Amino acid sequence: MSVHRIISTINGKAVEREVEARLTLADFLRHELRLTGTHLGCEHGVCGACTVIVEQKAVRSCLLFAVQVDGKDVNTVEALSTGDDLSPLQRAFQKHHALQCGFCTPGILNTAHAFLKDNPEPMADRVRDVISGNICRCTGYVRIINAILDAAPSYRKIT
Amino acid sequence: MKPASFDYFKPTTLEEAAVLLSKYGEDAKILAGGQTLVPMMNFRLVTPQMLVDINDVEGLNFIEQRDDAVRLGALVRWCEIETSPVIAKIHPLLSEAVKSIAHYQIRNRGTWAGSCAHADPAAEFPAVALISNAKFSLFSTRGRRLVSAADFFLGPLTTALDADEILVDVEIPCHGCNCFWAFEEFALRTGDFAIAGVAVMIDHDNREDPVRFVAFGIGDKACRLPTAELVIAKLGLTDKTIHEAAAGIGNDFEVRADIHASAEYRLALTKVLLERSMNRVLASGYHR
Repeated sequence: MSVHRIISTINGKAVEREVEARLTLADFLRHELRLTGTHLGCEHGVCGACTVIVEQKAVRSCLLFAVQVDGKDVNTVEALSTGDDLSPLQRAFQKHHALQCGFCTPGILNTAHAFLKDNPEPMADRVRDVISGNICRCTGYVRIINAILDAAPSYRKIT
Repeated sequence: MKPASFDYFKPTTLEEAAVLLSKYGEDAKILAGGQTLVPMMNFRLVTPQMLVDINDVEGLNFIEQRDDAVRLGALVRWCEIETSPVIAKIHPLLSEAVKSIAHYQIRNRGTWAGSCAHADPAAEFPAVALISNAKFSLFSTRGRRLVSAADFFLGPLTTALDADEILVDVEIPCHGCNCFWAFEEFALRTGDFAIAGVAVMIDHDNREDPVRFVAFGIGDKACRLPTAELVIAKLGLTDKTIHEAAAGIGNDFEVRADIHASAEYRLALTKVLLERSMNRVLASGYHR
């Protein structure tokens, strides 16, 4: 068993901690940093609930070890908005009733956020494909896809 | 579940990684994308004593176009293959196949080399490597050796890699100008492992081996379909020969039955996918 000192940028803030090698990023965020917005479902990369953004890419935090994000930039659902304001993506989810129990929602928001930053003019089929890695058992996906498509214009840069 | 304890090393050179592997052998596992290894560790199906994280190793993350081939370093992730304009141009079959691999978030992290080292019989990349006659480059403290895709995959989760070796790159011959191809797979849901899949390449500029068909997800490993290839090589690809070619593939491999599909269903499905692929080749403007 090895223990490692890591320094990462989590939601814009530098965080320094000692971590056991086997600690997953998901458990690090939830148990060590108390960032419980990241939900942990299947723990083997199938359900997508634990999706966070590492170096601008949506990834499963249950399939990364905390030691692997040493020196890296990590964003969780807590960083999507500041204060009481919702981000345009979050507002779209509210408007379209794109969540019920909310367990899968942080993972879907992070997936959609990272995706829309790279693809601000997506076709519905592409959104469907991207979101296929996130399991929602309440709403069905129609409202989720509508919300993501509705939020897309807010990601387009004004040139 | 949570993984068992292990020691973690993060070498920055290939030599350093090779020394660690030669020292710890079977007790060590290489961590690249981790999209298969880490779930297996979380379930404690594997409990390596040590992980050698190669993500910081210099010189493993490249897509290099050569005259008649493309080379991929071990750290190239699925999302990079998927969005590479070079690969879309010179190996469109690979671009197409990658779209069927797992999900968006997994493709952001998983690597082709990890998939090949794991060698799941239902994986897409080994099938593409086999049909393209790709060559894998293996590195250890003993040196470097090249192994063809046909010799690399030995069986389910079994490859030619020795415990002290690292899969460092793959060289995949590009499509010729007159290469026609198709890729088809069937899975229960988007991103699931294929119940069966088929890749087809017909390249008359390749005089030695112009007709190549590969099936995957159906047996111990991806395999060529020599019976069907022979029918098409002899009689040509036409509306009339497609059915005859697909009908004989039952002799080409041993079909696997599992919880997802019986052997009979898998074989029938593979025939359908092969016919569909050949029809797609015809529809893509195929000519001799």
